[in-house]
Amino acid sequence: MNATIRRTAVALGLLILALMVNANVLAVIQNDELRARDGNRRQIIDEYDQQRGSILVGRREVANSVPTDERLRYLRVYSDGETYAPATGYYSVYGATGIERTQNDLLAGSDDRLFVDRLTTLFSGQQQQGGTVVLTLDADAQRAAVDGLNGQEGAVVALDPQTGAILALASTPSFDPNLLASHDPTEVSENYERLRKDPGSPLLNRSIQQVYPPGSLFKVVVSAAALSSGEYTPGTDIPGPAVLNLPDTSATISNFDDAPCLDGEVTLTEALALSCNTAFAKIGLDLGADALRSQAEKFGFNERLDVPLDVVPSIYPDDLNAPQTAQSAIGQYDVRATAMQMAMVGAGVANDGVVMSPYLVAEERAPDLSALSITEPEALSRAVSPEVAAELRDMMVTVVSKGTGGSATIPGVSVGGKTGTAQDGNRLPHVWFMAFAPAEDPQVAVAVIVENGGILGDDATGGAVAGPIAREVMEAVLQ
Amino acid sequence: MSTTAAIPAAVSTRAPKNRRGTELALLFFAYGIALAAFAQVDLVVLDELSTDFTTFAIVFGVGLVIAHGSLRWLAPYADPILLPAVSLLNGLGLAMIHRLDLAEDPSPPDPDYVAQLGWFVLGVGLFVAVMLLVRDHRVLQRYTYTAMLVGLLLLVLPLLPFIGTEINGARIWIQLSLGGRSFSFQPAEIAKIVLIIFFAGYLVLKRDVLALARSRVMGIDLPRGRDLGPILVAWAASLAVLVFQRDLGTSLLFFGLFVAMLYIATERRSWIFIGGLLFAGGAFVAYQLFDHVQLRVGIWLDPFADESGDGFQIAQSLYGFASGGVLGVGLGQGHPDFVPFAKTDFIMAAFGEELGLTGVMALLVLYAIIIERGMRTAVACRDAFGKLLAAGLSTAVGIQVFVVVGGVMKLIPLTGLTTPFLSYGGSSLIANWALVALLLRVSDAARRPPEAARREVAA
Repeated sequence: MNATIRRTAVALGLLILALMVNANVLAVIQNDELRARDGNRRQIIDEYDQQRGSILVGRREVANSVPTDERLRYLRVYSDGETYAPATGYYSVYGATGIERTQNDLLAGSDDRLFVDRLTTLFSGQQQQGGTVVLTLDADAQRAAVDGLNGQEGAVVALDPQTGAILALASTPSFDPNLLASHDPTEVSENYERLRKDPGSPLLNRSIQQVYPPGSLFKVVVSAAALSSGEYTPGTDIPGPAVLNLPDTSATISNFDDAPCLDGEVTLTEALALSCNTAFAKIGLDLGADALRSQAEKFGFNERLDVPLDVVPSIYPDDLNAPQTAQSAIGQYDVRATAMQMAMVGAGVANDGVVMSPYLVAEERAPDLSALSITEPEALSRAVSPEVAAELRDMMVTVVSKGTGGSATIPGVSVGGKTGTAQDGNRLPHVWFMAFAPAEDPQVAVAVIVENGGILGDDATGGAVAGPIAREVMEAVLQ
Repeated sequence: MSTTAAIPAAVSTRAPKNRRGTELALLFFAYGIALAAFAQVDLVVLDELSTDFTTFAIVFGVGLVIAHGSLRWLAPYADPILLPAVSLLNGLGLAMIHRLDLAEDPSPPDPDYVAQLGWFVLGVGLFVAVMLLVRDHRVLQRYTYTAMLVGLLLLVLPLLPFIGTEINGARIWIQLSLGGRSFSFQPAEIAKIVLIIFFAGYLVLKRDVLALARSRVMGIDLPRGRDLGPILVAWAASLAVLVFQRDLGTSLLFFGLFVAMLYIATERRSWIFIGGLLFAGGAFVAYQLFDHVQLRVGIWLDPFADESGDGFQIAQSLYGFASGGVLGVGLGQGHPDFVPFAKTDFIMAAFGEELGLTGVMALLVLYAIIIERGMRTAVACRDAFGKLLAAGLSTAVGIQVFVVVGGVMKLIPLTGLTTPFLSYGGSSLIANWALVALLLRVSDAARRPPEAARREVAA
């Protein structure tokens, strides 16, 4: 029987070997994938076991963790949560959004750069802590943006044109992240469901996650394309009839008030100042869809951004025919833009034609408050030449000083701007305003969108509803 | 040559080496590791050594000394590695059960660890009793058919009214009331040993007949038709366990064990072939007929399909292994309590999380050592009954470890079985101590030098 006993022993050995191989597969090959699964509560519970780092605006903590007596040892607390929620996001037992998600490794203390800190705490027995994230937001500008929106459905993005730093990132109606930071999973999911079903969509970040037809704001992009083509100057005369017949179709484009612009012929500067639809439709037809798309893409259209929050791509569509091109030239048809994108257009014009990469994280700090990284401004693209940028800047200053953008006037400061009123299906028009100031040394560029005309509804125009908000945000930065 | 010829004679006058000293040293080693594990649990979770630690140190230490002493007295030539190996498993199991108690409640009112330590004491008691009562394993051969009856009775016991109870969907328990406390007992664990004795005794008698070949098909010698009886009975009994008790694991264990012993005894590969066919057929029919079998297979194929429902246990178990990684998160520092039944069926996942791949590999190596020492005993044993008994007992450990640990790791569909010596559960623990006692009894006979045996006879 010894031969069969030996063979059976070998067979049993192979069974144990199979277990060993399987243990290796689980612990070495599949472990990252398994650890990252949503159903695995270990990671989040371990994260709650130590003090998560703070999120700062200026010197003020807008998100920090405080000790509790519960099983999850630290509770995330947001001060002024609704104001900063579009930037911070929330941190819940079910997961996180916003900066809480994108900078999670640093906040949770698991970032590779904190390796030495972890080693130290391991041997000293101290509590490990997370690192701190300092945002680029300007507290006054953010407050002005939220106050200005005043609960209307809309968004404000303000940028430093020279660096790309995001000074304001507002979206209303917003939500209080404290509602989702509770340690009680039932409470969190109930609150989440309520927010998700709220008709005002408070969880939607309208500043970077939602695209709108840019309407007349897109005329700045068309002007940039026109000036860059070399065939136009700010003084070039363009026909501006009450109604423009489009080729190959019975459709027409008409002006806002169904009247001709001035006496039916305007300069490029005047066309922008008066927001003359027929003149820009004509320019669009002359330049063609490719020139418009190429110019739009130089400002950042059709590109996803990582600021490090995810910014959905703004869209200038492919394969437009002539009537569609004419409509796209006044920011209609299928052209779509985020508030972030339109702020980038304003910032690019103000910054001598260079669009800086927008960024929300100014600095990352280790638990001992030493700086781990300070964000260096980077150019995203050159949208127009400095000469064209100067011409555009003057044209946009004229919009505020003499045209439709008067509501953004700041006494003693030269402000450039553009109004927009965009049709989106059959709903009330969305109203826009984009601006920068001061024109000679730009400190701030801002884009404001208010959905469906805001409180003014049908009577709303970009100048009346969005303009004052843009002004207040710029004033907050310039003070 | 002539100068060295005197040396063996000189050696033979001294007592032959029995390796009990080696065993004692290894036991100290096992004791130390278990103590360190227990202390770490206390220090990490409670920041101090609890009174439980003192009790554990004393009771576990005394238990090992008694077991070791009984071998010195009753089986001096027994294998020196088996006892330390199972002691280490038992000690680590106790530490982990204590750790899981603390995870539920820092001062548990009725800790399972205390109960398990009690079972350890009973286990060692049974170990010594087996050593005392079974002075020669060949005596057991006389009880071959008694063993069959007792084994079948034990298997049927949970199905009887009043004493049989169903726990977690399997009717494999009997409930006993002793002194006002009620105990649940899994008779199948004891039945396992009794039936191995029966298989061994039966196969010794019938192996020549069962080895007879009638025809040769595709290079395989097929047995005579009428000799198929025993394997068909074993198969039917296993299926009955599956159907009436819903116990996939025990069913698989008994059938696998029987086929392996049949193969060892008859040296005919055809039995493996026939056993495999019967297994495949039984598995197919069971899958078609029984929802709980289909459910287990479905969960095995994709535990994440219904992660918060049916697949919860396996998913949590896999998270445990993944979370442990190579080195583990450290005793007392993970969340092994997230895995349901972590103290019983899923205790390997708790080790995987807190001691990591390193710990799991060490535990699997311990099982491999136990199986290897058992099989070596079978090879060295001089009588057929002893060979089959030792091989059967070792195979039972091997199959059981594979079935339960493989299930917990999603290598095979999950079936409920305890992890020998590690899992919480009295019936399993004392049964396995008895199993090791029998193995050691056979190994004492196998390793006893002929002259020592003669001396004993003379005395």
